[in-house]
Amino acid sequence: MNLLWVVLLPLIGTLVPFFTERFGRNLCALSVAILPACSLILVLLYAGDIFSGQSLRQTIEWIPAIGLDLSFRLDGLSLLFLLLILGIGLLVILYARYYLSSKDSMGQFYAYLILFMSAMVGIVISNNLIQLWMFWELTSISSFLLISFWSNKSDARKGARMALTVTGAGGLALLAGLLMIANIVDSYDLDTVLASGDVIRAHAHYPIALVLVLLGAFTKSAQFPFHFWLPHAMSAPTPVSAYLHSATMVKAGIFLMARFYPALAGTDLWFVLVSITGLITLLLGAYIALFKHDLKGLLAYSTISHLGLITLLLGLNSDLATVAAVFHVINHAIFKASLFMAAGIIDHESGSRDMRKLNGLMKYMPYTATLAIVAALSMAGVPLLNGFLSKEMFFAETLDLSMFGSLSWMIPLLATVGAAFSVAYSLRFIHDVFFNGEPIDLPKTPKEPPRYMKVPVEVLVALCLLVGIFPAYIVGDLLSVASSAVLNGDLPSYSLAVWHGLNIPLFMSILAMVGGITIYHNRRHLFQFQSHFDEQDAKHVFEGVIQWIVKATERVVETFENGSLQRYIFLLLMFTLVMGAYPLFSLTENIGTREQIPVDGVTITGAVLMILSAIATVIWHRRRFLALTFLSVVGLMVSLAFAQFSAPDLALTQLSVEIVTIILLLLALFFLPQNTSKESTNRRLSSDLLVSSLIGCVIGTICFAILTMPLHSISDFFLANSKTGGGGTNVVNVILVDFRGFDTLGEITVLGIAALGIYKLIAKMRIFMPTRDDKGRAWSNDPHPMMFEMVSQSLLPLALLVSAYIFLRGHNLPGGGFIAGLITAVAIIQQYIAHGVQWIKPRVKVDYQWLIAGGILIATLTGIGSWVFEKPFMSTWFDYFDLPWVGEFELASAMIFDLGVYLTVVGAVMLILANLGKLTTSERISIKEND
Amino acid sequence: MEAIYAFCVGILTTCGFFLVLRGRTFTVVIGLTLLSYAVNLFLFASGRLKLDGAAVLGQSVEYSDPLPQALVLTAIVIGFAMTAFVVILAMRSRADQGNDHVDGQIPEQPSARLSASDKRAG
Repeated sequence: MNLLWVVLLPLIGTLVPFFTERFGRNLCALSVAILPACSLILVLLYAGDIFSGQSLRQTIEWIPAIGLDLSFRLDGLSLLFLLLILGIGLLVILYARYYLSSKDSMGQFYAYLILFMSAMVGIVISNNLIQLWMFWELTSISSFLLISFWSNKSDARKGARMALTVTGAGGLALLAGLLMIANIVDSYDLDTVLASGDVIRAHAHYPIALVLVLLGAFTKSAQFPFHFWLPHAMSAPTPVSAYLHSATMVKAGIFLMARFYPALAGTDLWFVLVSITGLITLLLGAYIALFKHDLKGLLAYSTISHLGLITLLLGLNSDLATVAAVFHVINHAIFKASLFMAAGIIDHESGSRDMRKLNGLMKYMPYTATLAIVAALSMAGVPLLNGFLSKEMFFAETLDLSMFGSLSWMIPLLATVGAAFSVAYSLRFIHDVFFNGEPIDLPKTPKEPPRYMKVPVEVLVALCLLVGIFPAYIVGDLLSVASSAVLNGDLPSYSLAVWHGLNIPLFMSILAMVGGITIYHNRRHLFQFQSHFDEQDAKHVFEGVIQWIVKATERVVETFENGSLQRYIFLLLMFTLVMGAYPLFSLTENIGTREQIPVDGVTITGAVLMILSAIATVIWHRRRFLALTFLSVVGLMVSLAFAQFSAPDLALTQLSVEIVTIILLLLALFFLPQNTSKESTNRRLSSDLLVSSLIGCVIGTICFAILTMPLHSISDFFLANSKTGGGGTNVVNVILVDFRGFDTLGEITVLGIAALGIYKLIAKMRIFMPTRDDKGRAWSNDPHPMMFEMVSQSLLPLALLVSAYIFLRGHNLPGGGFIAGLITAVAIIQQYIAHGVQWIKPRVKVDYQWLIAGGILIATLTGIGSWVFEKPFMSTWFDYFDLPWVGEFELASAMIFDLGVYLTVVGAVMLILANLGKLTTSERISIKEND
Repeated sequence: MEAIYAFCVGILTTCGFFLVLRGRTFTVVIGLTLLSYAVNLFLFASGRLKLDGAAVLGQSVEYSDPLPQALVLTAIVIGFAMTAFVVILAMRSRADQGNDHVDGQIPEQPSARLSASDKRAG
């Protein structure tokens, strides 16, 4: 068995129309029908198993650890819906072949239709909550595409958007509900969920989960107060209405309630929510349907009403009522689909759907008229037709109610009233359209449609009659397996017969008939009464709400996103402050037990210097050169702090980076204004100062708390294995090039990317080059003093030697690739400063981009090299050698890696600074732009 | 000593954030630099403070924690790359927009700014 194919076949079929559209309409329709037909045959092959009481499962594991599987089930309820979806779907394919005009893109229509069909099939055979929900959403999306098929019509677009909004929002609620249920039973498996109904109902979260799931079902099945989208979805082509809005999509909500009936139903909450919603929808739909002049409008409200009836039945918490609900699902699908198709034929052949113009069509299309009349009588619940049977069951059920206490007698009464209106609008459909005089200026003269367009209607109307006359023979088995699936096996005894003797339900039926005829006969009074009320167009209300939401959202966005970076940062800081400070309230002891280091004079002097220069940077931040000078003092103090607290590598790095940074900022400052005028108001300054001080306090507190707490570090491993595993005694360097070498590789890559980005930014920069400072003095009379030139030139070999020494000793003593690279870069920059770009250019012919690329390449290759020796990526190798005169020395693959780091650092720093420096000369880089 | 260290980190953070909140690019860059000092010191603090304990085997009795040092070392270099990128971006912004305001344009109505900032502060 392979249930996957049941859904996979139609899904593949979605693509078929694109290929076969060019072969003409008949072949296209035929080819489209093949795969769903195969799927239907497959289902029918399994039907025997289902009727013998089995239910089939198939699971394909995907991510079992988090409960995500492709999981399918085929039981009675699924079978019933599959027959409706695939069976009516095939009829609709045939019908649409004649309905669509040559201007419509048939391939597109069929593709959407089949996509929708696959989604519906997916819903009914899913055995996994998330999978079910995914198909559920797919129906919303594909129905959006179908409703808006005539996308040049404003009504179609609006109707489609409304349907998508309402059902999509319901879908989100459903997802939340399903997740809650899954959380309660700890499984996404539908079987598990349905088996643990007692657990779910007893859980504290049951009411919320129930409401959320019902929101999904009610929005989909157009239950009050979400019913308004369905009439507007009637702007879809009629085959869509016949398929989606009678037999399938709106039944998905019903299916959902039926499917989860064993898990969720049976409580008072379920009863109140579902039955009252159903009752209101039943009455409201039936009442409004009578006043609709549009044929499809009448049918749409009638659908709402009948969906309300099914919902009401499901809400009664009675087994018999559930059987009646399932039965009515079948009956309603059959007669309503045929009515929609008939309405489509009338529209197609007469050019109008307005019942004030359509009159006396019996004369012009007697055959279609007969079919439609039979279907409409079934909708009215006339005996010997299928609608009568489920209505009788419904009446019988309302009589058994005691849930509303002494007010329970109202339910049968209201049911009869609803049924009377149902009779009245069915009569209107029959009488207004097919009799009642002559047509009034119709666009075309009505005539019978093409032969095969009537076939789907004939099939469905025949079913109405067959089910109506031989109910037990035609649908008895199907109804019993479907109902027992809903009820989890406990099937009550009921009898499917046309004649149950003279009883109260029959009396109610007769009453409804008489009442309906009376209402219709006196319809003019009712119409006049109704015209006193302003009809609230749901479209306008809906659009108004949408507009309001859009405006409100815009206001919120404008508040937070007004284009001012200062505001963004301020808000971000406020957020950081709140998030950072909040946990500190619960930290009662912020002084840990760790023994603190006593204060000494030198350190305190350094700290005071750092604090004062940081504050000075802020105070004189508008005089930029001064601020930069103070900033460099802070940086220097930071590197001294690293030196003081046993981090020589950091001190060296910080020192060399500091030099490079300050040179960079000085160069940049050359091109930027030297001073900032006072812009911020005092109020802003104080609020900024306040928030940054508060953050400073929070950070300082956290820092202090950390510092005084005992250390539990993973570093003991590094200390223990540095020498034996990595071959070096400088643990910091060994971590960088060995233990965490992969991180370092990533970091030098980032460095290289940043440098290349900067290169690109500089390349096309057209910046004004000042020749004088802000006081009008020339920048420099002697840009390259001879003394400086001589000294730096003689320093260069020395600096390079130091850099080589630092590099080589890095593995065992403070130093390494990063620091050596920075020292080399500083030495070269010094030459640039002393001699100028023109002097350097012919002498240093290194392309810094290639240096970066080469560095990263070397580092990566060193890592890959370990694969040659069948070791994991970035394993290092080292050994000790003895040479005369030199003594014992070490060779390690980590040194090659470090060389890569060294080259990248040199390349990146030089690429940035040399090119920035070139901006001050006529040697500006210019990339030949190809684009 | 720990208190002084934490105090310094706090001061650097405050100064850094205050400057980052200013409206001109160069000041923001200076603020970011101060902030990266603060961040590096803060990260370094997670290894606690230790005198005369460089993590070089055989050189001291007790070693300081080498892991935060390794992290901070790369952070310093990456921080430089970031500062460089931002400052060049600031220059490019001035070259293309003709001003050095962080928003690429000088706010037109100071009074509107004033009320906006009042609203925000209130």
